[in-house]
Amino acid sequence: MSVEATPSEAPEVERQTMEVDFACAGFGPAMGGFLTTLTNAWNENPADPAFESKATPGMPLQVLCYERADDISSGVSGVVTRGQAIRTSFPELNPAEIPMAVEVRSERVMYLLDPVGASRRSLTLRAADAALRAFGRLAGVKDYAFELPWTPAFLNKHGGLVLSIGQFNQWVGSQLMATGLVQIWPGTPVSEPLLSGRRVEGLRLSDQGVEKSGAPADGFMAGMDVRAQLTVVGDGPVGAVGQALDEKLGLPEGHAHREWALGMKFVIELPEGSTLEPGTVWHSFGYPEPEIFGFLYVHPERLVSVGIFVPSWMHDPSRTAYRYLQHYIQHPALWKYLKDGTLRSWGAKSLEESGRHGEPFLSGDGFARIGEGSGSTNMLTGSGVDEAWATGTQLGEAVIELLRAGKPFTKENLATTYEARRRKSWVERGAREAENARNGFQGGVVKGMIGMALAGLTGGKLSLGAHIPPPHKQVRPFAPRSFDGLMLKEAVAVALEDGRPLHDALLSVRGWPEIPFDGRLLVTQQDALLLGGKVQAIPGFADHVVFRDAGLCIACEEKTCIAMCSGQAITLGESGAPVFERERCAHCGACLWNCGQSPDGVHSNIEFRAGAGGLHSAEN
Amino acid sequence: MANLLHIVVCAGIVPDPLQTLEPVTGPTGPGLKNEMVLPAVLDPWAASALYEAANLAAKNPGSKLWLVSLGPKAKLQQVMMTVAQKACFELVPIDGPIGGFPDAHSTAAVLAETIAALPGLDRAKLLLFGGWESATRGAGVTLQLIGERLGITDQFQGVDQIELREDGSLEVLERVEGGKHQVSVCAGTPAVLGWATGNLAEPRNNPQIGMANMRTIMPALQKAKVAKLDANGLRYVSASLPKQQRTTRVVKDLTPDEIAVELVEWIGAE
Repeated sequence: MSVEATPSEAPEVERQTMEVDFACAGFGPAMGGFLTTLTNAWNENPADPAFESKATPGMPLQVLCYERADDISSGVSGVVTRGQAIRTSFPELNPAEIPMAVEVRSERVMYLLDPVGASRRSLTLRAADAALRAFGRLAGVKDYAFELPWTPAFLNKHGGLVLSIGQFNQWVGSQLMATGLVQIWPGTPVSEPLLSGRRVEGLRLSDQGVEKSGAPADGFMAGMDVRAQLTVVGDGPVGAVGQALDEKLGLPEGHAHREWALGMKFVIELPEGSTLEPGTVWHSFGYPEPEIFGFLYVHPERLVSVGIFVPSWMHDPSRTAYRYLQHYIQHPALWKYLKDGTLRSWGAKSLEESGRHGEPFLSGDGFARIGEGSGSTNMLTGSGVDEAWATGTQLGEAVIELLRAGKPFTKENLATTYEARRRKSWVERGAREAENARNGFQGGVVKGMIGMALAGLTGGKLSLGAHIPPPHKQVRPFAPRSFDGLMLKEAVAVALEDGRPLHDALLSVRGWPEIPFDGRLLVTQQDALLLGGKVQAIPGFADHVVFRDAGLCIACEEKTCIAMCSGQAITLGESGAPVFERERCAHCGACLWNCGQSPDGVHSNIEFRAGAGGLHSAEN
Repeated sequence: MANLLHIVVCAGIVPDPLQTLEPVTGPTGPGLKNEMVLPAVLDPWAASALYEAANLAAKNPGSKLWLVSLGPKAKLQQVMMTVAQKACFELVPIDGPIGGFPDAHSTAAVLAETIAALPGLDRAKLLLFGGWESATRGAGVTLQLIGERLGITDQFQGVDQIELREDGSLEVLERVEGGKHQVSVCAGTPAVLGWATGNLAEPRNNPQIGMANMRTIMPALQKAKVAKLDANGLRYVSASLPKQQRTTRVVKDLTPDEIAVELVEWIGAE
């Protein structure tokens, strides 16, 4: 079943057309892998006739990549990765050449106890917590944290890399553009693929000079059609091109995008004399809520990325990630290192956590999909960057093979080259092992951890079964006649009294202490947009967050979209419907899967389209 | 009848002002921490000059537009990817040091020498554009020095608007105190115009313009001449960012007037 989104007010207009050879949507690790593989092969022999352009005979291939963000360094992720695919592309890689990069030197996994007493823990967890507290240091509990005696092999990244994706993208992009074969254009969102039946013939860029609704305004310029023999789609999990392809072509039988998480993080400058060594990696679970996983990665020069993942299976509609992150960094096990630090940057992004279950058609006539949006993220190892890079290199090798054979980019040819490489690779093996690793989480954290351990320790041979509902059904409605309902009423009163967002008030009512803002590390969410996130949107583009049915929004009690919005770009309007301000949007895409309403039983009530602007932090 | 102009825009690159900027003093003098890893943008003042120049060139068919920029080649390449879709120009890159602290005389000498050697440039038709200040350091003298080295005596700073008349003369609006403009008339080219913000909106990204520009930009970058700037005895005693004052307070039940009074008191106290 399909749903008609709120139509754009942009009229049918005549559009300029440009012919290129390869049109690429999105610049991230996957596209970096693809373009690096392509340019490396071209550099070996620029006179190779296989690389002659069909669009512009006599010239080398015309390869254009369009990126929504205002700069290719505006990627959002401090990551730890095994880096095997990246090292294969750069055999002489020296992490010191990439700002904020360092080799992983130590790794810890910690279960965090709740020092506040506000965390929503099950009876099982409370019993486990009580036991750990009772045995205290004997059990290895220190600073309310129990460190696992070893890091499970499937989580281990030792010898890998701690990276800032913003810096890594910038480093890769500079080298690519210096070759002269590739053009990467930031600040240029792609609105949709150009489809002829099931064949992709290129990309349509977003209209400029339009009102919020998309209606032409002063300086209207219709988005150009960029026609290509091959369209490479690497625009991530919430990218407009990938979404449109899923909508028009459907997903393979039994596949769906049902599991998500919001990753939100701070980049903090550690105080002078910090004892945290570069290359230190911590994984944590248990706090601030049992469902929320956390991380801390130490970069060179006293910088640290610290953040949390708030998953769709948390179910609770109060998913105020920013406030949870502030409680997370104040946990005694982290705070002792961070407390005199300074917030330098902040960011957030959605992670598609369905793995193979969310894998779309990887290729078809005229197109191929790579990276996170192609279901490459391994949810068992918690790894996505290296897998994404690997899928890009696999496509690159396939494309070179087809170019040299003089074969067109048909569904069959891409299947026997790109898909075949991917299916034989470690990415696919890992994806199969991880396929059902997270099933247990639908039944709670304890069951989830058991399921993950089962899958991890048996290489995916054993796992728990689960029925995973669509994301909009994973948002549990408020129960007005329950204890939660009473809290909600109290929270409403607090929110009205204080003028603060309801979900923030609800956390306070639940017992979470107020944040002791210090203007340096603990700052309001709006200040984070200015001090750390640096969110900006140039005028002239349409709103990219669209509420399909305002009536459903008004009737919605939970309004999780407001709670989860990373930049507080979605607020409650006077009519009772949410209001979107694109100037504050970090483009995390969380609203897409945090809406608990559906006009058709399939889609949520929020559409996330192509948009310009967003974060301006190169440290993320 | 349209005038045929040769417009040269001098535009430096600066770190994206939305980044966290931290002054440091290194062995070669002041700079910004990790400046090479910060994304760069075209200096906003100079960007205004470029857009005004592109507009003027488009209105006067047959005119030529050069963009002369001095900075690290890799950074220039990065900035071109955000600028080259907005206006047609020929890039003249000079591979030089990063930062806003090199001596303005040395910088002017290199730029003037480069401009004087531009193939096909008719100095009688020259309009030398640039920013009247720089986002990295507001000395605001480099453009003027270039003009002097090129022997151009008609110079205007803080320009917000020009009108090119049919007889080739220019009416120029320069910013003066009190939010007013001084209106001058210049007999014609050659002239130096240091732009303030101008009145034009930032042009839309046009992929065809970008594609056309890149055919000349990448070869130009590969052939960029290297410039070493002499310090000429210049020494900085100190460098600091403008102090940022922030106070966040949630208030309710205050009228706009009361908030305004409080703001005025706060500003007065700082």
